Amino acid sequence: MDFILEPLNLVTFFPLAGVLLLLFIRKDGPARWISLVTSLITFGIALWVLALFDPGQAGLQLEVNHHWFSFSGWEIRYALGIDGLSILLVLLTAFLTPISILSTWHAVEDRVRDFQLFFLLLEVGMTGVFLAQDLFLFYVFWEFTLVPMYFLIGIWGGEKRMYAAIKFFLYTMAGSILMLLAILWLGIDGGSFYVPQLIEQGGIPADIQVWLFLAFAAAFAIKVPMWPLHSWLPDAHVQAPTAGSVILAGVLLKMGTYGFLRFNIPLFPQAAVQLAPLMATLAVIGILYGAAVSFSQTDVKKLVAYSSISHLGFVVLGLFALNEQGIAGAILQMVNHGISTGALFLIVGFIYERRHTRELDQFGGLWKIMPVYAVITLIVSLSSMGLPGLNGFVGEFTILLGAWGAANGPLGSYLYAALAALGVILAAIYMLFMFQKMFLGPLTNKKNENLLDLSRREILIMVPLLVFIFWIGLYPKPFFGLMAASVEQLVALVGGLP
Amino acid sequence: MLLSEATNPGGAFSLVPWIVFFPAIGLLLNLAVGKRMGEKFIGTVASLAAGLAFAVSAALFFALQANHGEAVAVPFLDWIRIGEFNAGWHFRVDTLSVTMMLVVSGIGTLIHIYAAGYMHYDVRYKEDPAAYNRFFIYLNLFIAMMMILVSGDNYLMLFVGWEGVGLCSFLLIGFWYNRSPDGTPGTGNSYAAKKAFIANRVGDFGFLMAVFTTFWVTRSLQFDEVFHAVESGEVPVWAVWAITLFMLLGVTGKSAQIPLYVWLPDAMAGPTPVSALIHAATMVTAGVYLIARSAPIFSSIEAVHNVVAWVGAGTALFAASIAVGQYDIKKVLAYSTVSQLGFMVAAVGMGAYAAGMFHLVMHAFFKALLFLGSGSVILAVERGHHPIGEDAEHAKHADHGHDDHGHAFDPQDMRNMGGLRTRIPWTFWTYMMGALALAGIPPWSGFFSKDEILTDALHFNVSLYVVLTLAAFLTAFYMGRQVWLVFFGAPRSHGAEAAKESPPTILAPLVVLAGLSMFGGFLNFPVLHQFGHWLEYTLGHLYHATDFLWEVALGSTAFALAAIYVSWLVYGQKPRRTVKEKDPLEKAIPGLFAGMNAKWWVDEIYEDLIIRPYQKLAAFLADVVDWRFWHDWFHDRVLRDGFFGITRFLAQPVDLGVIDGIANGLARLAQGSAAALSVLQTGFVRNYALWVFVGVVSILGFLIFR
Repeated sequence: MDFILEPLNLVTFFPLAGVLLLLFIRKDGPARWISLVTSLITFGIALWVLALFDPGQAGLQLEVNHHWFSFSGWEIRYALGIDGLSILLVLLTAFLTPISILSTWHAVEDRVRDFQLFFLLLEVGMTGVFLAQDLFLFYVFWEFTLVPMYFLIGIWGGEKRMYAAIKFFLYTMAGSILMLLAILWLGIDGGSFYVPQLIEQGGIPADIQVWLFLAFAAAFAIKVPMWPLHSWLPDAHVQAPTAGSVILAGVLLKMGTYGFLRFNIPLFPQAAVQLAPLMATLAVIGILYGAAVSFSQTDVKKLVAYSSISHLGFVVLGLFALNEQGIAGAILQMVNHGISTGALFLIVGFIYERRHTRELDQFGGLWKIMPVYAVITLIVSLSSMGLPGLNGFVGEFTILLGAWGAANGPLGSYLYAALAALGVILAAIYMLFMFQKMFLGPLTNKKNENLLDLSRREILIMVPLLVFIFWIGLYPKPFFGLMAASVEQLVALVGGLP
Repeated sequence: MLLSEATNPGGAFSLVPWIVFFPAIGLLLNLAVGKRMGEKFIGTVASLAAGLAFAVSAALFFALQANHGEAVAVPFLDWIRIGEFNAGWHFRVDTLSVTMMLVVSGIGTLIHIYAAGYMHYDVRYKEDPAAYNRFFIYLNLFIAMMMILVSGDNYLMLFVGWEGVGLCSFLLIGFWYNRSPDGTPGTGNSYAAKKAFIANRVGDFGFLMAVFTTFWVTRSLQFDEVFHAVESGEVPVWAVWAITLFMLLGVTGKSAQIPLYVWLPDAMAGPTPVSALIHAATMVTAGVYLIARSAPIFSSIEAVHNVVAWVGAGTALFAASIAVGQYDIKKVLAYSTVSQLGFMVAAVGMGAYAAGMFHLVMHAFFKALLFLGSGSVILAVERGHHPIGEDAEHAKHADHGHDDHGHAFDPQDMRNMGGLRTRIPWTFWTYMMGALALAGIPPWSGFFSKDEILTDALHFNVSLYVVLTLAAFLTAFYMGRQVWLVFFGAPRSHGAEAAKESPPTILAPLVVLAGLSMFGGFLNFPVLHQFGHWLEYTLGHLYHATDFLWEVALGSTAFALAAIYVSWLVYGQKPRRTVKEKDPLEKAIPGLFAGMNAKWWVDEIYEDLIIRPYQKLAAFLADVVDWRFWHDWFHDRVLRDGFFGITRFLAQPVDLGVIDGIANGLARLAQGSAAALSVLQTGFVRNYALWVFVGVVSILGFLIFR
């Protein structure tokens, strides 16, 4: 019993309680409520974890660490732990899940029970990814998230859902296999899969570090996705149901950037310094490319999907600035992107439920008839394009500041930050383009004349997101406070390296 | 209060956050209950919010005087703090920031009052009375943001206001988002709004770069610390160049200088009070404020002065030439604003910070007056042309419903006006005060401030002086042209014929501003320089009092009078009779006039050189590179088909019954869906399992045989 009541076990596996209940439920209504309540309790547990968390401490906290099994002399541990690098992502997962579930109230009418079941399973996998401290356990969670997401896209998705689901699955798998090889190498060579121990041991020769780094990076870069490995993303997003897109953009993609942060940088610090310019180059290309391609989309959802590539480029750039500003900004930007892009996908979902189209030229002048929807969209768009005073700016600014500072460090050039900052202009271009096409101008399409403004439930979904958009934008101190000690420690780890 | 005791400077200074809070409260109040309470309530709340901000600014002014002009920092709240980076919500009260606060909230309050009257009509002409509330929410938001801009104690907080006012500008330019600038339904206004935001974003990019450079060379963004680092010579020369030039890019965006000025004339799509407050008196002067604020940086390298001053002077002349060729009453004023901002930028660029700031304040008076006056003119013509509400009851021509010919009539086109002098005398006389001030006729305010700039220019560089004097000549000329066209001659349309004087809420602010435009110049009377000495507390040794040169003063007055005389010869002597006839200048100098009228085709050049190429590039990347090549061909053809080809080849000989069995078993377990099941049975999981198997075998092989 004590084992079950460990906070980290509870926050990870509590959704399974809902899954168990759901197995005995046939009706749609109760299934939705069970799922929502389960995820809300999980969010409560996450807040409890937050209360137990000591921000002053850099290392892992609330650890659960047991022998799991041995395999011909190599020990696999069941090890969970939380620190400043992961706590915000755990909270984000627990926060976005109930919001996504609430968004399915009318959007998912088909086989509701199964949908909710997969959704809760997905939450288990995601939280596990952010908490696992044993490479093998991490890999299990990492792969596990694929299964529910595969079904969420494959069953409840759009027209080409099978194509998208398989593509999503295969691409992630392809990268994962390289990571698996690297994990096995590490475990066998280091005698353990326990990450803190591997970090402490260090001692991996620099040339091997590079190979291992690249193997891990393959998995993570596909997940992020970094240019040019992004080809699965537009398919997955466009086909996924709204809630799936929210979680996909909001949390699943962060598993990639988190992987860089948790494994690539501390496990292979020399390689991280050495390869930082490469990573930053890909990141900057992604920022500009994603923004340009986004501008040319006619499908709103695809536009938002490509904007993710641009935004996550900022995150990767910040990570490989390898200084406090860059990394702290990157972590915050993961949260920001989860909130803003999650909100954007919800917004796209609202209009899709009403009009069953996402083509920009079908809209125009919606402000007049849907003012609440318009204002909320405007705020979220501004957050996404980094308006100061809203959350996106704080993340982007600190990332760019870090990247600029890294010109005298691992990056070696101001060009990265300067080109990335151009992305801020391009972001304004595609976001305003979207906003204008949807909301401004005269209302010309007769089909839009009788659209209803957001319902109370829809507003209720958006309000928590808006609260964080303003809170992080105006007073990010508590958020930075949670991560500061861990970030400082991480930077110190790579700091002295050439 | 949230201020901690240790940092509380006490007294009125601790009130400074309220310059932001009052407008914020005003907007929240209107947001919450405005719709239910009606126009009177909305207008009162919003005006009161701005008025209270002015009261606080005035209190700060007196507190600062009592403090002998000594700057006071008022920390309010932490904001971003990571490692050694620290930028807080910290306010700064010094003579420069208080000057801006007074201008913003003072003019702001007057314009709120004016707008309470003006928007009553405007929302009815646009057939959307509910928009009244939205307008005042935006307007209060603007005051709050502008106050953040001028009162921040570090560059990052300044930047919050900087982009925040840009947002308000976007919202207000696109206020009638479903119309075009001529009032008909369309997308014109929304394009103008977007253009403003994006042009400003380009400038903001420069600002951000300047901030990054500043922080990494001085390790701070707090003004005093940055200036101290620069003045102590720790900062390398390249960094000063980078900071100042990037900042200048920001200034060209916000303060509409070459090359980014193009958004400002289009910004006139916003309702007239917006043009007056945001796009003439306050927001667009933020760039001038930024340079004056950063005086120690700009003055640390002599050559930087040249660059900034020439950008300003070039803009002053270029924009003035365009103003000559416009027919839209607001477009003339818009280009005039660009031109006058050029004067200010030239001034602060030369290092004549006090002169630049002085012109900023004077310009805020007379240009706000002119815009509000033009609004009153437009309203008068519109009400004459197509009476609504109480007007309609009194109108003799009740048959002039707007559907007949309403949308074809442009109440802003000066060709449709004429003879308004006698019909709207209050508007006319106040407008004259603004026009004379702008033309630089003594003793109107504009004369004093422009004279200081010209004198400084003469000391700085003679050719700069010549350029600015030419710009001043054109200024007086296009103002003369405008006044003759609008107010003199005979009415050229029914709207002008039946024009109606505006109500007192509109006229009262005009009268106050007319007073300021007449007598404002005495704020910095030559020799006394009260205003200059007030700023000296902030500028320190970078301040210099501009001497008074009779030859410059007499010269510029003579030029201005000559320009007005020429404009009378061209436009006043034989007034235009019909709407259609050609402009006299068009007959006299057709080529030149075409260029000025077409704004020297700059918009078209940008369209061809930047906008279209970017659209094409984006489309190319999206369709060809990303989709057809990368998505369809490489991934679907090469990767996927290749992958399936290989696996099929491998799967046949290595087809282990075990794997099949497991796969099918798994499939049955998960069988929620027939669709999913069918996929599982097409061999997908089998292939996956096979690959995992191959991977594990090779790893084991490697481990055993290495």
